[in-house]
Amino acid sequence: MTESNYDEIMKLLCDRLSDLTNADILITPETNLISQLSIDSIKLLNLIMEIEDAFDISIPINALTDVQTVRELVDLVHKIKTTSS
Amino acid sequence: MNLLEKLDAAAAARKALLPDGVGAFGIPIEEVFSATEARIGDRRVLLMGTNNYLGLTFAPECIRAAHDAIDKEGTGTTGSRMANGSYFGHRALEREFADFYQCSSGIIFTTGYQANLGVISGLVGSGDTVLIDGDSHASIYDGCILSGANIIRFKHNDMADMEKRLRRLGDNVETTLIIAEGIYSMLGDQAPLADIVQLKNKYGGILLLDEAHSLGVLGKTGQGLVEETGLLNEVDFITGTFSKSLCSIGGFCVSNHPQLEQLRYVSHPYIFTASPSPATIASTRAALELLRKGSHLRDKLWSNCQQLYSQLKEAGYKLGPDPGPVIAAIVETPQQALLLWQQLLEHNIYVNLILPPAAPEGKSLVRCSVNAVHTMEQIKYVGDTFAKLYNLINVQT
Repeated sequence: MTESNYDEIMKLLCDRLSDLTNADILITPETNLISQLSIDSIKLLNLIMEIEDAFDISIPINALTDVQTVRELVDLVHKIKTTSS
Repeated sequence: MNLLEKLDAAAAARKALLPDGVGAFGIPIEEVFSATEARIGDRRVLLMGTNNYLGLTFAPECIRAAHDAIDKEGTGTTGSRMANGSYFGHRALEREFADFYQCSSGIIFTTGYQANLGVISGLVGSGDTVLIDGDSHASIYDGCILSGANIIRFKHNDMADMEKRLRRLGDNVETTLIIAEGIYSMLGDQAPLADIVQLKNKYGGILLLDEAHSLGVLGKTGQGLVEETGLLNEVDFITGTFSKSLCSIGGFCVSNHPQLEQLRYVSHPYIFTASPSPATIASTRAALELLRKGSHLRDKLWSNCQQLYSQLKEAGYKLGPDPGPVIAAIVETPQQALLLWQQLLEHNIYVNLILPPAAPEGKSLVRCSVNAVHTMEQIKYVGDTFAKLYNLINVQT
């Protein structure tokens, strides 16, 4: 997995989160999904399905337990993408 | 934020949706008169939200059986089957469920929730995978979480989406449990079982079907979706509950896989809980007998379902895709749902209020469940009242 792949995941996630929240907030890697973006559990689960389809991977929802920030979500997707390819 | 402050925050969020005095959740029911009527406050209300699909809560056979069991065996078993032993009734009911589904084994659990918790967490573990419908009941989600298996969701009843996710599992499909429900509890729609079975046979995996809301409702003898579709032999494990069509409390799992018996030794929700009471077992056994012979009840139930579904549809409500014993009016906002729920209660009709995140896709639901013993007059009154309120909720919100 290359740096550009990581950046690609980051961009896709930031774009989707921006659409989902309609929030007037600048989304950065350190943005907290729950406290700052108010992403509820249903939205997060649906977002995970979209990411799975975008990268053709399986993301177990129980792997989200420790995910709080955008960067942590990107790290998780990146790790799964790397091990599955 | 400390632990108690977190609960305060959750309470504040709930109160923002439901002001003090609106007891939509856990409403106090002062007296129960029959399978269709009760008293809430000073009102005699029509019960349209009880999941009592065959209307057997006051069946004389069940009441008599429960009385006799208390007289003979007392009020409780006071412990688990592992420690305190299995009563005759526990073993008999397991045999009767296995026989009902023409399976070699059956296990009963103390609640329907525990049946899913115990079976799922007993079948899969860390490193395994569960592939579940996105609209699965909380007992399925919680069973999956308890198991430690990797949880993958597919879009509700979307077979192309399910196939995509099955394909991605690759060799892991060998240790994958696929889970669907006969009738989904919120919208009342059925799983496309034939398609699910086809995908299972193409890719692999083990299939568990939860017949909680379809037991007693679908199929000639009331087995559920497996009987309705003729696919009994294609499903590996069937779970279900006693608390809907069987009108008591408890759950079961049946299978032709002999490994089901091993769950008695590995499944904590089976092992570490008190076993069902003698009265519960006895009334369930009597109700199962009535359910098997209850084709007349199913005919009446479906006639009521069709009537209410068509009245609500005609009135303009957005509903789930299939008529059935669960009929939910889908509204856009919690405020609309709350207003409709309150107005129905003002008209002496009790239904279920379902708010996000419990309802699918962030919608809110006003959910009815229909009985075999509702009279056609009662059903028509409910349909007419919904119709009368349609403009009110769409204008006022």
